Amino acid sequence: MSKKTIGNVWVFIEQDGGKIADVSLELVCKGRDLADQLGTKVEAVLLGDSVKALCPTLFSYGVDNVFLAEDPNLKHYSPVPFTKIVIDLIKKHKPNIFLFGASVVGRSLAPRVASKQLAGLTADCTDLRIDSFEDKASGKVLPNKLMQIRPAFGGNIIATIVNSWDDPQMVTVREGVMKMTEPQPDRKGEITTVKVELDAADCLVAIIERFKEEKSVNLKGAQIIVSGGYGMGSAAGFALVKKFAEAIGGQVAASRAAVDAGWIDHDHQVGQTGVTVRPRLYIACGISGSVQHRAGMAESAKIIAINSDANAPIFSIAHYGIVGRVEDVLPKFIKAYKSRA
Amino acid sequence: MSLNILVFAKQVPDTKNVTGKAMKDDGTVNRAALPTIFNPEDLNALELALQLRERFGGKVTVVTMGPPAAAAILRHSLFMGADETILITDRKFAGADTLATSYTLSCAAKKIGKFDVILCGRQAIDGDTAQVGPQLAEKLDIPQLTYVEEVQDVKGGKLRARCQIDGGYEVIETPLPVLLTVVDANVPRPAGARRIMQYKKAVTRSELLAKHGGAAYEDANLLAEEEKKLKARNLWIHEWTAADVGADPNRIGLPGSPTKVKQIQSVVLAGGTYKDIALTDAAIKDLVHELVAEHILS
Repeated sequence: MSKKTIGNVWVFIEQDGGKIADVSLELVCKGRDLADQLGTKVEAVLLGDSVKALCPTLFSYGVDNVFLAEDPNLKHYSPVPFTKIVIDLIKKHKPNIFLFGASVVGRSLAPRVASKQLAGLTADCTDLRIDSFEDKASGKVLPNKLMQIRPAFGGNIIATIVNSWDDPQMVTVREGVMKMTEPQPDRKGEITTVKVELDAADCLVAIIERFKEEKSVNLKGAQIIVSGGYGMGSAAGFALVKKFAEAIGGQVAASRAAVDAGWIDHDHQVGQTGVTVRPRLYIACGISGSVQHRAGMAESAKIIAINSDANAPIFSIAHYGIVGRVEDVLPKFIKAYKSRA
Repeated sequence: MSLNILVFAKQVPDTKNVTGKAMKDDGTVNRAALPTIFNPEDLNALELALQLRERFGGKVTVVTMGPPAAAAILRHSLFMGADETILITDRKFAGADTLATSYTLSCAAKKIGKFDVILCGRQAIDGDTAQVGPQLAEKLDIPQLTYVEEVQDVKGGKLRARCQIDGGYEVIETPLPVLLTVVDANVPRPAGARRIMQYKKAVTRSELLAKHGGAAYEDANLLAEEEKKLKARNLWIHEWTAADVGADPNRIGLPGSPTKVKQIQSVVLAGGTYKDIALTDAAIKDLVHELVAEHILS
C-alpha cells in the first residue's frame, strides 16, 4: 500500500451577481499559504449560474483548480441543492481542508455539509495554522493538522480546536480576518466542470423576493476597527484614521460627531444611531466616548483609547489608554506595527 | 390548520458575566460557577412559535439538551406559553460539539415524531457558532431557512418567511416541514403572572425525586401516583436520557465529537483591566507586541 496522500485545500467561493465575496478571496489567499506549507493544491468550489468568467480572478489570487458547477437553479444560494453538489464533490475528491466564509451563506452551508459528511466544523476562526496534534483518545500524534484558533465565551477565551476525525477539516472565517494578498494577473489554473444533477425535490425552496445592496463598509463583521471622532479636527485630520486602519488591516469607523462634520459617510457610524460592533480590537481616536457611542462599541473585546483629554469618558471602558494628540500617537503606532516580529 | 411546532432552546452561561474562575484547570468551562440564562435568540424563537400558534393554531413544544438545571428555561417557556416541555439530559452527552449535539437533538425530534416547523435561535451566545440549527435540519432531511426575521404566511403546506442576507433580505417560500433559525427581530413576551403561579410547580422526574429526599422516595407506587397527578395538571417536564431518545452511544458526547480542544488561553477580561500606555516609541512597540501575542493583531 502506498502512503495515504494528503488531500487539497478547498475554498468555497461565494458570489453574487458576478462578484466574488471579499471573504472568499481572503480565504483563497490563506488557503494558498496553508497549501504551500502542506505541499498541496488550492482548489475552489464555485457554484452559480454562468459564473465561469470569475475563474481567472480566482487563479490570480492563488487557486490551482476550480470545480465549476453552473445551473440556473444555482443562481442564488439555497441549502439543499448546494449541499448536494458540495457533498458529491467531497466524496469524489476528498479534500484535506475546506474553508468557508462566516457569512450568512457560509454559516448555513458549512454546517449542513459538515453534518452530512460527519466532519468537524469550527466557526469564526481568527487564525489558522499547521501543527501536529497529539490525540489523547487514541494516543497517536497526528502531523500536519489544521490548528483552528477562535475566541469563545464572548471573547473571554481563545481556543485552539483540532478536527481529530477524517477529513475534511472544515472551518468558517469572518470577512476581514484573513489578509488579501496582491493578485498575479498572469497566474493560470485549471477548470474542472462539474455535471449538475438536481431533481425537482432538491429545488422546492423558492426565493420569492430578493433585495441586496452593495455595502460600502461591513463594520458588523469587522475584527479590527479604527474609529475617529471630532478630535481628529478636520477632514484632512480624519484621513490619518484611514491611513492607520489600512496599515493595521482594520476597518474605518467614526463617531456621530465626525459623521455630522461631514468627514465620512453615515455607513461608518458606530453607536446608538449607527452600527453596533463587537470587534476583537476597537481603537478610538479622538473620541470622547459619549454614552451613545459607547453603546455601539462597549462590547469590543479590546479597546484602545487615544485622546488628548485624560478625563475623556472613553478611558473608563478602555483596556489601554494613550493620553496624547492623535497625530503624535498614530505615526508611532504605524511604525511599531510595521516593525513587529 | 394546526401546526406542530418544536422549539430547540439552550441554557447558556451569561458570557457578559464570566469571571476568571469560570475556567477549570483542564481548560474546559466550569459551567457550574457561571450564572445561566435563556439563550437570548432562543427566546425570539419561542416568541415566534407562540405567535404562529396564535395565528394558525397548534401546539408548541420546547426541547432543551443540558444539565438537570436547564429545566429552569423549560419552566420559563411554560411561563411564556409553551404547551409541553422536554429536557434531554444524560452525563453521556458531556463534551458534545455541534455535530454530536445536532445528532442528539435529531434523535429527540424523531422520537417526538410529528413536527411542521422547528425553530431555533440563530446562535447561542456561549459559542456563537450558529451551526446546530442547520446541522439538525440536515439530520432530519428537511430544508432550513436561517436568519429569519418574520414568518409572513403558512398555507397549503408551505411557509413564507423573510430572512436576512448579507446586505439585504430574501423572502423565501419553502415546503413544510422546515427548520428556521431566528434573529432578534421580535420582542419576547414577558412571563405571564398567572402562568407563573400555575407552572412554577412544574418539575422533571429528577426534581420530584430530589424534592422528596432522593433515593428514599423511590417507592415506585408513590412516585407513579404523584407523576400522574402532575401530568393531569400539565406540570410535568419530560426528562429523556440518551437511551430514551435511542441515541447511538458512539455518536454522542465526547466520542461523537470530531472537534477536540487542543488548548485554551484566557483573555484578559473586558473592563477588568486598564493599562496606561506612555506616548513613547518603546511603550507603543510593547503594546503592539502584546496585541500580536494575544492574536488581537495579526
